[in-house]
Amino acid sequence: MTNGQNYILAQGNEACVEGALAAGMKFFAGYPITPSTEIAELSAQRLPQLGGKFIQMEDEIASMAAIIGASLAGVKAMTATSGPGFSLMQENIGFAAMAEVPCVIVNVQRGGPSTGLPTSPSQGDVMQAKWGSHGDYPAIALTPNSVQESYELTIKAFNLAEKYRTPVVLLMDETVGHMREKLILREEREIEIINRKKPRVKPEEYIPYKADEDLVPPMASFGEGYRYHVTGLAHDETGFPTNNHKIAGQLTERLVRKVKLNIDDFSYYEEYRLEDAETVIVAYGGVSRSAMLAIDRMREQGRKVGMFRPITIWPVLEKELKALSGRAKEIYVAEMNLGQYYLEVDRIAGKRCPVKKINKVTGELITPDEIIDAIDGGK
Amino acid sequence: MDASQLIQKYYRLDKLPHIWCPGCGHGILLNSLVRAIDNLGLNKDEVVVVSGIGCSSRAPGYLDFNTLHTTHGRALAFATGIKHANPNLHVIVIMGDGDSFAIGGNHLIHACRRNIDITAIVFNNNIYGMTGGQYSPTTPYGDLAATAPYGNPDSPFDICQLAKGAGATYIARGTAYHARELDKLIERGIKNKGFSLIEGLSMCPTYYGRKNRKGSAVDMLKFFKDNCIDKRLVDNNPQLGEGKILIGELYKSTRPEYTESYKAIIDKLKE
Repeated sequence: MTNGQNYILAQGNEACVEGALAAGMKFFAGYPITPSTEIAELSAQRLPQLGGKFIQMEDEIASMAAIIGASLAGVKAMTATSGPGFSLMQENIGFAAMAEVPCVIVNVQRGGPSTGLPTSPSQGDVMQAKWGSHGDYPAIALTPNSVQESYELTIKAFNLAEKYRTPVVLLMDETVGHMREKLILREEREIEIINRKKPRVKPEEYIPYKADEDLVPPMASFGEGYRYHVTGLAHDETGFPTNNHKIAGQLTERLVRKVKLNIDDFSYYEEYRLEDAETVIVAYGGVSRSAMLAIDRMREQGRKVGMFRPITIWPVLEKELKALSGRAKEIYVAEMNLGQYYLEVDRIAGKRCPVKKINKVTGELITPDEIIDAIDGGK
Repeated sequence: MDASQLIQKYYRLDKLPHIWCPGCGHGILLNSLVRAIDNLGLNKDEVVVVSGIGCSSRAPGYLDFNTLHTTHGRALAFATGIKHANPNLHVIVIMGDGDSFAIGGNHLIHACRRNIDITAIVFNNNIYGMTGGQYSPTTPYGDLAATAPYGNPDSPFDICQLAKGAGATYIARGTAYHARELDKLIERGIKNKGFSLIEGLSMCPTYYGRKNRKGSAVDMLKFFKDNCIDKRLVDNNPQLGEGKILIGELYKSTRPEYTESYKAIIDKLKE
């Protein structure tokens, strides 16, 4: 304790668990996988101390299913995994989106494809976090670049999941998951907690999938007297399957719109030395740390370089990226994949300024020198 | 309570008629479940019925409980989350033979091993009905199916033996013919503090029956009548069991139940 604040030295993965507990996590289901395992281990230790529940399931498919079940029973639930496990979770992430069950999925990205590079960092799952499950569905993904931010964003991930009744992905990478930094654990009163909207009508009047004006329906928990039906099939407002094409279409559109329309509510980003920047580096997660160092060095040489760091990675920050293209002379997207977020930046900004890629898929963090060389090499 | 009172009390009348084909055995098995719940006097608000995908998995939609229709094979994993999060709920899972023993096989053996207090009822009709009659893990060797046009080259599982090996603490088998006996088996399964597996033999005259010349739904029920024998009779006279399908309570044991073990951990940490 220093100055009334509670500091610890922690890993990104540990900070994620502390954030989850601060947000009210009462249930964790998971399956061991590097480099996310510390999240499961710490949850196994801490949850029962607080009266919560941990369970190690037989695989990631089951882990995802179990957190949906727990959430339907009324508790805030999370799972954590990495590349191969994230692939296995996709089926039930789609279910959570379709049945509107709040939950948080942490993916500490490692080198892919397939089992890839288990102990090495990557950002290869950016597109998977958006499009990984079949069909059109809403995706919210947040991506931290520090231990403190892993804590803060885990809290936000729970809040968004609860507010919009949808799965939220915390897209970490091995660099952030395993780095150790100072972590300030906030006081309870400092933390904003959002809980799912409950029905305010009697059970016999409850229409479980009838959305309010914010496009989100109030959610009853199993066991509270509201006996209703939940399905992954296209359903009407009562929650029962329908073959009515119009109703099915309206449902899919509402699911996507409830997130898209509210993007201003969770458009998180950071601007670094961007005021007069002519060259803009777009970087997120671990790579943004290298980008800031590269920018500091280039600034010493009088170069007008800055960084735009999306923290909300999905939905894409359309408005901010568009504005960026109006003031930058060139944009570099630096990421540990072969150009995934680049596709979005180029789509949004590419008409007004050149958008270039800085990529690395060796399982190593992109270094400041590599960013500087790439920019200089492009001259 | 007579049949019509049971229907009034436990079914979502506005969701009927059901989607099952004429002659399907699933409705008979579902009525057994409803009678078992009624006999036990469970509070409807505290009953959760979970299913996966397939013909059998449409059953919960017709029931006036908390109902959850999940993804193919995953019902037990969802159910595990519900039960672990709130052990006060009575969690009942309805699965088909393909649902539970093919795509959901891993979840099933681990639910058995964990001995979590869930009652799983497998509606076994030896075929994938919803998709049009493909062979399942319980289709007998040599039988015909849409994907076994020359006879099934796979051998079937004995569901109850598998559950026993995996650690379930209550295992029973009933049939759509022996419906009243099945009521009792399900009742005991729900009462068992641990993982219970009840195999309910059902008939699919539309696909399995037609392809394999098993006759009408009544003929298939008669097959159950003529070819099944209660385990208790066989225990006294093993010869009676030759060539027969054993029904009744097949296995019962006691060992720590998952949510109780976890509660003990929480309680100990509080000290």
